[in-house]
Amino acid sequence: MSHSHLLHTSFIPTAPPSLRRRLGGSAPTPRPHQIQSKIREIFMPALSSTMTEGKIVSWIKSEGDKLAKGESVVVVESDKADMDVESFYDGYLAAIFVDEGLSAAVGSTIALLAESEDEIALAQSQKTSSSGAVSAPPANNNDAPKVLDEMPSPVATAATPAVQASVGILGSSAHPASEGGKRVVASPYAKKLAKELGVDLRGVVGSGPNGRVVAKDVEAAVAAVKVSSGGATVVASEPAKPSGVELGSVVPFTTMQSAVSRNMLESLAVPTFRVGYTITTDALDALYKKNMKSVEQDIILQLLYPMSLDREMLFAPFFKLRLFNQSYYLQNSFQIKSKGVTMTALLAKATALALVKHPAVNSSCRDGKSFTYNSHINVAVAVAIDGGLITPVLQDADKIDIYSLSRKWKELVDKARAKQLQPNEYTTGTFTLSNLGMFGVDRFDAILPPGTGAIMAVGASQPTVVGTKDGRIGMKTQMQVNVTADHRVIYGADLAAFLQTLAKIIEDPKDLTL
Amino acid sequence: MQSAISLSLSSPSPVARFAVNNANNVCNLGTPRSLRFCGLRREAFDSSASFDASSLRSARFNLHSKHSNLSKVFAELKGNGTPSSSGFDYDLVIIGAGVGGHGAALHAIEKGLKTAIIEGDVVGGTCVNRGCVPSKALLAVSGRMRELQNEHHMKSFGLQVAAAGYDRQGVADHANNLASKIRSNLTNSMKALGVDILTGSGTILGPQKLKYGKGDSGDKIVTAKDIIIATGSVPLVPKGIEVDGNSVITSDHALKLEFVPEWIAIVGSGYIGLEFSDVYTALGSEVTFIEALDQLMPGFDPEIGKLAQRVLINPRKIDSHTGVFASKITPAKDGKPVQIELIDAKTKEPKDTLEVDAALIATGRAPFTQGLGLENINVQTQRGFVPVDERMRVIDGNGKLVPHLYCIGDANGKMMLAHAASAQGISVVEQLSGHDHVLNHLSIPAACFTHPEISMVGLTEPQAREKAEKEGFEVSIAKTSFKANTKALAENEGEGLAKLIYRPDNGEILGVHIFGLHAADLIHEASNAIAMGTRIQDIKFAVHAHPTLSEVLDELFKSAKVKVSASSKVAEPVRV
Repeated sequence: MSHSHLLHTSFIPTAPPSLRRRLGGSAPTPRPHQIQSKIREIFMPALSSTMTEGKIVSWIKSEGDKLAKGESVVVVESDKADMDVESFYDGYLAAIFVDEGLSAAVGSTIALLAESEDEIALAQSQKTSSSGAVSAPPANNNDAPKVLDEMPSPVATAATPAVQASVGILGSSAHPASEGGKRVVASPYAKKLAKELGVDLRGVVGSGPNGRVVAKDVEAAVAAVKVSSGGATVVASEPAKPSGVELGSVVPFTTMQSAVSRNMLESLAVPTFRVGYTITTDALDALYKKNMKSVEQDIILQLLYPMSLDREMLFAPFFKLRLFNQSYYLQNSFQIKSKGVTMTALLAKATALALVKHPAVNSSCRDGKSFTYNSHINVAVAVAIDGGLITPVLQDADKIDIYSLSRKWKELVDKARAKQLQPNEYTTGTFTLSNLGMFGVDRFDAILPPGTGAIMAVGASQPTVVGTKDGRIGMKTQMQVNVTADHRVIYGADLAAFLQTLAKIIEDPKDLTL
Repeated sequence: MQSAISLSLSSPSPVARFAVNNANNVCNLGTPRSLRFCGLRREAFDSSASFDASSLRSARFNLHSKHSNLSKVFAELKGNGTPSSSGFDYDLVIIGAGVGGHGAALHAIEKGLKTAIIEGDVVGGTCVNRGCVPSKALLAVSGRMRELQNEHHMKSFGLQVAAAGYDRQGVADHANNLASKIRSNLTNSMKALGVDILTGSGTILGPQKLKYGKGDSGDKIVTAKDIIIATGSVPLVPKGIEVDGNSVITSDHALKLEFVPEWIAIVGSGYIGLEFSDVYTALGSEVTFIEALDQLMPGFDPEIGKLAQRVLINPRKIDSHTGVFASKITPAKDGKPVQIELIDAKTKEPKDTLEVDAALIATGRAPFTQGLGLENINVQTQRGFVPVDERMRVIDGNGKLVPHLYCIGDANGKMMLAHAASAQGISVVEQLSGHDHVLNHLSIPAACFTHPEISMVGLTEPQAREKAEKEGFEVSIAKTSFKANTKALAENEGEGLAKLIYRPDNGEILGVHIFGLHAADLIHEASNAIAMGTRIQDIKFAVHAHPTLSEVLDELFKSAKVKVSASSKVAEPVRV
């Protein structure tokens, strides 16, 4: 459960869809091609602000195919979703640099687009002249690490010095064919794993037959890096699957989990501090009961622990079938009652209303030199989905009424589970909520997602014995919230004032349902 | 007593055989067309059943079995049609008792030919003993292992399975038992029908004359009106590769599954290599493909190959070296691993050295035609293959047809598939019995039994486009996805594609390629359509049960855009 408060999304509130085809920019990949006037490069788009590399799921078009502007060319898998990428120009797909199933860094050239048929040959000659540097398939085992070196994955960069240091001590693999360590002898799976995890095989000591590098050596190398790069964060980011985990095994991160890991490490560069507050929730609870439908709790539980609910699992194939057939059944069985208000929506609404009065808490620090005051109040809410987590965003939560917000929330959650969230639905948050209250957690502390200013950890609201103002002892339902903020832009007084406002809103929630 | 026993068998099978044996004498009993299959399907019967039937027959037809100098063992079983009318020992002698020879023999009996088959090794040939059959047993195991190991897949069904493991010997036994069972089925079906099985290797001595035996003085000479060569093939081992049967192996050894290496290099990524990669990775091995061509899975329709690679290779513990030859492979010895030297396929320059635990040579198969005595009739093999025309008639060194000599199956190299050999054999027997017959090889389906399976019939898209270019017609493509099929989704196996290559002007099916769940079983609707000349505009009205995988093809035919409408045949009303 410890992973639930970790967020991996860095939010760029103004991140426009045009990011998807950002030309060059921050991507550190070498660009070996001379751009002819009428041959355009197709770059690996950034489908999310956290995406550093993308995997080509499939090319919808083949080399030589004619493309119209707006037509889908390629399907790219990012850390969060599969997306069709469209062409921004008319022309011909002249050369494909990165084959299906392979990954490329964001901003690197994945294909060439020729304006006319005549230029296809020219473009293809560029491809051959700039041979596989970008797209090198793992045909030649020595190439694999080179490709990875270009990828700005923090894990990889952190890994190199640490692992190579160990080489000196332990010596290189004793493989007779390794020619004194010049050649890497690694099993096919070890190579695959090394590529996925960003490990340079040249530095890994092999424990297989004749000193061959096998999968578990790669895993051990990754584990060694983890320890050397600060145990605390890494331990916290370990996936805590409730069941079905084979003890004693080492399970590599999924793409999403890698993104989480990367962001958690990144957060260490931000000077954060924490301010807590206890809020009485009797009035809010009353409001919730008045409006609530029982579906809410059920949905949250399923989201957090989909694997533990057999019912859910048993029905999963049927859900898919239904989705596919788009039967009316789907709409009926998943329809949320129009009046159904969820606690998540209530909290998001209350937070948004408080943020209206405290724009500083809704700001962020992008460059270390300035405040970025966000024009929208977009509340992101952390949701655990199997094996990872994602932060669907309730946009303009201050302006939307609570009922619409509840419906929107349900829709986002469904999409998140189907992995169909669009980038603007999970990358545009300006303030994040993380709630573990439903598990009885009374207080915890969240890590600030990179690119945002603050995150609020919400504990359980529970009956508490309190002293009242008139000197008596009374019973109130209270919950603790704990805000983690970037002290470069948000100061203690800002948070204190914000929390006071929030407490007022929650303790007198009539405004929430307006 | 024996006849009593056979009468007590309620199965139609002995009756069918009985009918056939009578066919030559008692014409009105007719001959069931499906006789060959009756024979093959006799798996439910053990050998005693067939023995009963044969005894019954030998009792009845003793009068006819007066031929001399035949193998004593089988003398009592003769009754194999009428004596050869032309003074030969047999109407037909088939050299080689693989699937091709078996198919030809059974059909020859149906046609009333007096038939013998010469087997130098074991009945069933490569397919049954060292090929399709035992490999299917291993693949059945690998399919289950894959399913059980795929936690995600299981979870999506709501199933919980503890870690799956396997017992190597148990798996190997399954493959071996299956081969023995099918082998005895084949043997029994031939014995039961009265095919004489002659043991030893066969050598052609001259026109219509051959000998068989161990190659010593004990050899016996037989004459036959017609001879079919069906000697098959053996694994091809390129030069420089030393096969020791332990660490460097061919499919012959691999099927015995004597060990499961941690890392195995598979040389060749065709059907055989692909199937073994499926088996080995399911059993926990890591695999390295070595392919001489520039891409893996040559020979498959490029689109299907691409998809298959995404599913069958990329996510598995497999890597590959393409565009390289394994110029030298040294088996493991003295604690050293298997050494593989790779050279560039074009420049021949050394490229890399691999060290692995085992190497499987799956570079193809070479015809087994040595010792056949082809020189006695002036036939020159081409790379070992026996040259034949489209009717499987053997062509001699002067380009002339050799009378009464045919060659089927892997030995002629036309299409190296067991069922193609059998079809060629049947085609030859048809000709021998006076019906001209030319087999349409484009209607012969092929399948690769990976998980999921790949199957195909007819032309690939590039082949079809080339042909269209030459002959000046238009080619269209239709595709359907398994993702749209209810049954596939219910099985959580939505990954797959069916592709139809056709002529929009007349609705002719040029090729069908399927990658997906049970593709090998699905292809026959398409291959039958091609064989029968059924056009898309007609077959698209055929009804498929819902929900079944066959609807993938139904949709495929329906999605084709043919410019002509259905022929009237379909529209004929049938009263219900």
